Amino acid sequence: MFDKLALLGFGEGGWGLALLQGAGITISIALATLPFGLLLGLLVALGKRSENVVSRWLATVYTTVFRGVPELLTLYIIYFGVQILLQRFWEWSGLPGSFSMPPFVAGMVALGVVLSAFSSEVWVGALNSIQKGQREAAAALGLSKAQAFRFIVFPQLIRVALPGLGNNWMVLLKETSLVSVITLPDIMFITTRANVATKEPFLFFGAAMLIYFCFSLISAWGIGRLERRSSRGFAAFGGATR
Amino acid sequence: MRWCEYPGHWVGSEVFQNYGCRMFSGLWVTFELVAISVSLGFALALGLAIARLYGPRWAQGAINGYTTFFRGTPLLCQLFLVYYGLGQFRIFWQDIGLWWLFREPFYCALLTFTVNTAAYQAEILRGAIQSIPRGQFEGALALGLHRWATLRHVVMPQAMILALRPLGNELIVMIKSSAIASLVTLFDLMGATRLAFARSFDLTIYLYAALIYLVLVEIIRRVWDRLELRLTRHMALR
Repeated sequence: MFDKLALLGFGEGGWGLALLQGAGITISIALATLPFGLLLGLLVALGKRSENVVSRWLATVYTTVFRGVPELLTLYIIYFGVQILLQRFWEWSGLPGSFSMPPFVAGMVALGVVLSAFSSEVWVGALNSIQKGQREAAAALGLSKAQAFRFIVFPQLIRVALPGLGNNWMVLLKETSLVSVITLPDIMFITTRANVATKEPFLFFGAAMLIYFCFSLISAWGIGRLERRSSRGFAAFGGATR
Repeated sequence: MRWCEYPGHWVGSEVFQNYGCRMFSGLWVTFELVAISVSLGFALALGLAIARLYGPRWAQGAINGYTTFFRGTPLLCQLFLVYYGLGQFRIFWQDIGLWWLFREPFYCALLTFTVNTAAYQAEILRGAIQSIPRGQFEGALALGLHRWATLRHVVMPQAMILALRPLGNELIVMIKSSAIASLVTLFDLMGATRLAFARSFDLTIYLYAALIYLVLVEIIRRVWDRLELRLTRHMALR
């Protein structure tokens, strides 16, 4: 059994470096998706609370669809669908060559759209928790709506939303494993290839599990720190740790 | 024409009509997979949650490790580890007569999903039991109820109401996650759809599959809302 461990090493015939690169891809796609998905989620949340009926309806349909369809299916639809649409556009516009969708972008968009649908719920909850008086006071001080959001609402929003958003991040981190099916060389893709080459599935998928588990533990620790930091002004009220 | 070809016929999609029967039998596989694994997972989770709270210290530690590990790693990775990884030890499984389990992708998916959802459900139930006020336990004790009777008749009925919504969410998550079973050659709804796409190169088939999943999830959401209303009708809040 132990002689097999050399397969995970960095020496001759070892998959250590490839696994490390795969871990790098996993982290990069998760980190690239995060700001995109969270910002889009915030926009959707603002749409849900808007006074405009159409934007409220659109935001509700958007979240219902992307929370109800399997992530794998969303990924396929975006990867193949955007590919076909852009290919048609390419031919129509008469550009030379052909278009091919980079898997990284497809994965980022698909995961980001799903993340935005889920995070919008968290944002809505957090936005509801901010009292009306905060906005009114900001208006009384002569701040514009945008300024009020930037300086008054947002800092308070983050503190309330952080536990939910942290949860979204943990889900996202695990969902990145799906991008391996659209040939993005993340951890799962590398281990699947290593399995085909070496016929040692238990060793490699076990190693992949441990890598993901490490990422999860580090994330949980980091989120805990962030939560404590963002609620440090509230310690006086008996500690706002939840 | 068979019944399963009609939806495709009605919407005027040739692919959906041709692969309608495969997709609906795939939907049945998805249904079986989710129904069995979520129910088995619930039974398992009930025991785990109680042992996690009231069991001996070593059991508490072990269960804590189990839930943290399975909630911290992707389901896809767990499925591959079971299907490919445990399938590697063929001789061993044949010796102890369990090879039938690890040979079939369906049983592998079932095992993985059960173990995975049990971890999530155990955490949901633990949280629900823990949020029952202390006074409930003390009151039961004052009435002379045994520990098990307290759990069975006082704590669990209240905890289940608290756990209802997160358990419904977990059911929906499992329906969506079950799509990855198609990656271990299982022809569930997603698997049948992938086959249809691979043979026809018609992307609209994915949209029809998305619609079926969406309807399924919406139905469960509505049923769960009703269920919650009915189960909490004795509470003053509503």
